[in-house]
Amino acid sequence: MIHINISKKLHGVCGEMSLDIDLNINQGEFIALTGASGSGKTTILRILAGLEVAEGEIKVHDASWLINTKSITPQKRSIGFMHQENALFDNMSVLENLLFVKKDLELALRLLDLTDLTELQNRYPKTLSGGQKQRVSLCRAMMQKPQLLLLDEPLSALDAKMRSKLQADILSLHKEFNTTTIMVSHDPSEIYKLSTRTICLQNGKVIKEGKTKEVLLKSQGSQKFSFEGELLELKEVDVVIIAVVAIGQQIVEVVVSKKEVSTFKVGQKVILSTKAFAPTILHPSL
Amino acid sequence: MFEPFYISFKLASITVFILFLISLPLSWYLSQTHSKIKPFLEALTALPIVLPPSVLGFYILVALSQNSPLGAFFKDTFDISLVFNFTSLVIASCFYSLPFMVQPLQSGFESLNKNMLEASYLAGKGKLQTIFFVALPNIKPALITAIIITFAHTVGEFGVVLMVGGSIPGETKVASVAIYEMVEIMDYKGAHIYSAIMLAMSFVVLLSVYTFNAKHKRKFGL
Repeated sequence: MIHINISKKLHGVCGEMSLDIDLNINQGEFIALTGASGSGKTTILRILAGLEVAEGEIKVHDASWLINTKSITPQKRSIGFMHQENALFDNMSVLENLLFVKKDLELALRLLDLTDLTELQNRYPKTLSGGQKQRVSLCRAMMQKPQLLLLDEPLSALDAKMRSKLQADILSLHKEFNTTTIMVSHDPSEIYKLSTRTICLQNGKVIKEGKTKEVLLKSQGSQKFSFEGELLELKEVDVVIIAVVAIGQQIVEVVVSKKEVSTFKVGQKVILSTKAFAPTILHPSL
Repeated sequence: MFEPFYISFKLASITVFILFLISLPLSWYLSQTHSKIKPFLEALTALPIVLPPSVLGFYILVALSQNSPLGAFFKDTFDISLVFNFTSLVIASCFYSLPFMVQPLQSGFESLNKNMLEASYLAGKGKLQTIFFVALPNIKPALITAIIITFAHTVGEFGVVLMVGGSIPGETKVASVAIYEMVEIMDYKGAHIYSAIMLAMSFVVLLSVYTFNAKHKRKFGL
């Protein structure tokens, strides 16, 4: 059981704000931390890791990591931390990166085997691709068999294919080592696949919290599909007006009525939804 | 005949060694701190670059002479004079060459990825282990530059050495001072030989630094 009750003053993009978090996390849980940028997600991870100071209390099992303003150093915490990118030791090979954390060759080789990196063990970080680097980074984070694994948007710089490989690696290591994991992520599919509980932050406060499936699937109204997108253009074609909307990587055209047009502004965030009763799913190659 | 060169190199080697020990913690501190005293420390460190060597030499003389508390203490306690001997040359050189050791190391440390250093702390490693096993190996070009330039700069100093050390043969008469004296007594042949040696060596030293750094860049694809 991990108990976190912390507060810290932050200088965010919208001026001063106060980060106030009160959480209990059970051993073995996989928590997803989500919310707009600047809402304090990364700061929470850094406070847990001991890289930033805060007031309050952090208790991990029987050990106190923070009481009031007294905290123990990052070195004394049992933490596995995965940065967004570029945290490998460039002067050491893949295997040496792992062994620098702990001289346990057996564990290092097992981790490399679990993530299909065995062949790369003697390569240096500068010669690896972004995805390979992050897999090494994940293995290195597991070398201490940490009580708490902290992932700070570890996959945000990777392409979709590499992401799903790494998501599988993260999940298998999380289960294999029965660790407690907290991951910052913006990607709903990633959160859905990996986490058991989701916490949404806004301006340093928890605004939504619950089982991942409930938090993600619950949407307003009775629509079956609902996508958020950005309105790119409103163009008049003959008698109708077409709204061009960017949803993720796709551009969609929707017909809107003259009356509706007056309420829209280009650049606005919009929600596209439909009440389809029998949606068709096609494989993209068809 | 080549004794002045021997003294120059002995002086430069000892200076590099002492300055490395002093500059390592200082440059690390400067690279990591956000403290308000950082600009003051940086300005102090850089002073020897802009000060005329005579000013530096004068203050060092004043501080080390037997009339100063420090000089008197060493004279009374250890019976050592701190001026016009080799020890005084070492002390003066350490002040004179300090920025050439601190600045490359500091900018090297500052260029290091913060994530990398944090990863080392999170792996349970303390500051010393992080500096020696992660930070220094990753700033090799800066490290080599700092050491070689400090060495070369110390070999090349003249004004401070002359003021603090004088020109005692076999003790404080370094190559640059020897050349000056040869010119004064119009021994142009000797001055030519000494100067040519200095010129050639300085060029080779600088060439090797730049070659090493270029190779290092290619190797690590920076």
